[in-house]
Amino acid sequence: MAAPGAGPRSLGARLLGPQRRNLWFWLFVGPFAIGLGLFTYVPLAWSVYLSFFDAHNTVSPAGSDFVGLGNYGAMLGDAAFLGSLGTFVLFTAFIVPATYVLSLALALMVNRLRFARAFFRSVFFLPTACSYVVAAVIWKLSIFNGVRFGLANTVLGWFGADQTAWLSTTDPPWYWLVIVTVRLWLQAGFYMILFLAGLQRISPQLYEAAAVDGARPGWQVLRHITLPQLRATSVAVVLLLVINAFQAFDEFYNLLSDARGYPPYARPPLVYLYYTALGRDQNLGLGSAGAVILALIIAVATVVQARWFGLGRKEE
Amino acid sequence: MHDALTRAGRALRLALLIVLALLFLIPFYLLVRNGLATERDITAPGWTLFPHTLQWSNLTEVFRDPNLPLGRTLLNSTLIAVSTTLGTVLLASLAGYGLARIPYRRANVVFYAILGTLMVPAAVTFVPSFVLVSSLGWISTLRGLVIPTLFSAFACFVFRQYFLGFPKELEDAARVDGLGYWRTYWRIVVPNARPVFAAVGTIVFIGAWNAFLWPLVIGQDQESWTVQVALSTFTTAQNLNLHELFVAAGVSIVPLVVVFLLLQRYIVAGVERSGIDD
Repeated sequence: MAAPGAGPRSLGARLLGPQRRNLWFWLFVGPFAIGLGLFTYVPLAWSVYLSFFDAHNTVSPAGSDFVGLGNYGAMLGDAAFLGSLGTFVLFTAFIVPATYVLSLALALMVNRLRFARAFFRSVFFLPTACSYVVAAVIWKLSIFNGVRFGLANTVLGWFGADQTAWLSTTDPPWYWLVIVTVRLWLQAGFYMILFLAGLQRISPQLYEAAAVDGARPGWQVLRHITLPQLRATSVAVVLLLVINAFQAFDEFYNLLSDARGYPPYARPPLVYLYYTALGRDQNLGLGSAGAVILALIIAVATVVQARWFGLGRKEE
Repeated sequence: MHDALTRAGRALRLALLIVLALLFLIPFYLLVRNGLATERDITAPGWTLFPHTLQWSNLTEVFRDPNLPLGRTLLNSTLIAVSTTLGTVLLASLAGYGLARIPYRRANVVFYAILGTLMVPAAVTFVPSFVLVSSLGWISTLRGLVIPTLFSAFACFVFRQYFLGFPKELEDAARVDGLGYWRTYWRIVVPNARPVFAAVGTIVFIGAWNAFLWPLVIGQDQESWTVQVALSTFTTAQNLNLHELFVAAGVSIVPLVVVFLLLQRYIVAGVERSGIDD
C-alpha cells in the first residue's frame, strides 16, 4: 500500500503521509467528523448568531432586526426563564442523590447474592427498555391519577387517607413525587450496572486484609474499602446523572401537559425553551439566546465539577 | 452468635430485594392488566388486582381503530431505529478504528474535538439543530429524523477504547499478508469485535426507539409520527380510550423487551467494558 512514484517531498505525498496513512485516516474518520461538525458545531455557531436577532417564525437572520444583546437581557430578566433554572436545580438536587443511593444499594445487594443474581439484575435493568412516554402513561393514568381508580389513591384509601390530585396539587407539591419516581424507576437499573462493573474490579484481597485488621463487615468495610475503591465510577455516575437531569424533558412534558397546555409551574429549562422557540410564538431568536445561556452555565458547571472531583487527575 | 447474625442479615437483604423487585415490576403489571381489561374495569371505583373480565380482543382492536394509526407509527419507529442503529454503528466504528489504529499526527486534536461534543447536552443543541434541519427543508422527513442523530460521540468513544485494547498481533498478521487498512478492518477486526458491535448497537437501538424530543420537534405531520409521539398525543386526546392506550403502550415496548432479553448479556458486558467509568 506504499505510495509509489511520487517525489518524497511533493505536496501530494505530504498530504497523503507515509504509506498514505493520512488519506486512510480521513477515509475512516472523515465521514463521522464531518457529520458531527455539521450537526453539532454548525448549529451551535448558528444559534449564537441568531441569538442577536429578533427572529420570529424564521431561522434566517436576514430580514430580522439586529437586537444585539437584547434577547439575552430579555431572557435574564424573565422570571419564567429564571424559574425554569430554579426548577432544574431543585430537580437535580432531588434526583442525583436519590438515584445514586438507590442504584448503589441495588448493586451492593445484587452483587452479594449467591443465587438468582441474573434474575434480580434483569428485573432492575428491565425499565431501561421503557420510554418516558410509556412510563408517563402508566404513572399518569394508572398509579397517580387523581380519580378514584388510581393505584396510589386506592392503596392510601385502605389506610383511610383522602384522595389526592397528585399531578395538579402544588401546595404541597405532590407532583414532584410523581416526576421523581418515574425517573428513578427508569434510570436506577442502568447506573446499577455501572456500579456492578466497578464492584467486580475491587480486589478480594482488600476485603481479606480488612477482615484480618478486624474491620467489621458492613458499614466499616463499605466506608473504608468499597466506597473509596468505587471513586472513579462514582464520579462518572454523578456527571452522567447531572447531564441527564439538565436534559429532563420527556417526563415533565408527558406528565404535566394536557389538552389545555402546560401549567406554569415546574418547567425545567428544556421544556421552557421548547415552548419559547417552537410554541405559538416561534421566537427562535429568544430561544437561541436561552440555549446559549444554558450552554454557558453547563460549561461552567462541568469545569467546576471536573475540578472538584479531580477528573483527569492522575490516579494516586 | 456471629453466624446467626450473618444469616439474619442475609435473609433481611433478600427480603428487601424481593420487595424492591416487586415495586419495579408493578408498572409492567399495570401495563398488562389495563391493556387486557375492559374500559369499565380500568375506571371502576375501587381498584382490583385482577380485572373482572380479560378482554383479549383489545389486542386486535387497537390495530383497527382508524383514530389511532398504530401500525403506521410502529413502521416509522422501526425504520428510524434500524437505520439509526446501522448508520451509527458503521460511522462510529470506522472513526473509532481510525482514531485507535491509524497513526496520524493530529489524531489527538480530532479526538478531543469529538469528545468535546459529549459535554454539550442535547438541551443546548436542540434549538440550533432544529434551525439547521428546518432550513435544509428536512422537517417531517425520514432524513431529518435520522441523519442528524447518526453522529454519536459516545459510540465513537466506546469503539475507540475497545479497539485500543484489541490484540495487535491479529492485525499485524493481516498486514504481513498484504492486507490494507480497509480489508484488515472488514475481514479481521469486524468479525473479531462482534460483542462491542452488539452492545453499542443495542444501546443505540433502545435510545432511538425511545427518543421523544427530536421526533416530536421534527415529525410535524402525522405521517411521520413515531410510536412515542403518537402515544404522547393520545394521552392528551379528548376522546381517549384508556384500554387502547395501554395496549398501544404495551405493544410499543415489545420490540425492545425482545431485543433486550436476547442481547442482555452483551449490553451488560458492553457497558462494563465501555470504559465510561474508568
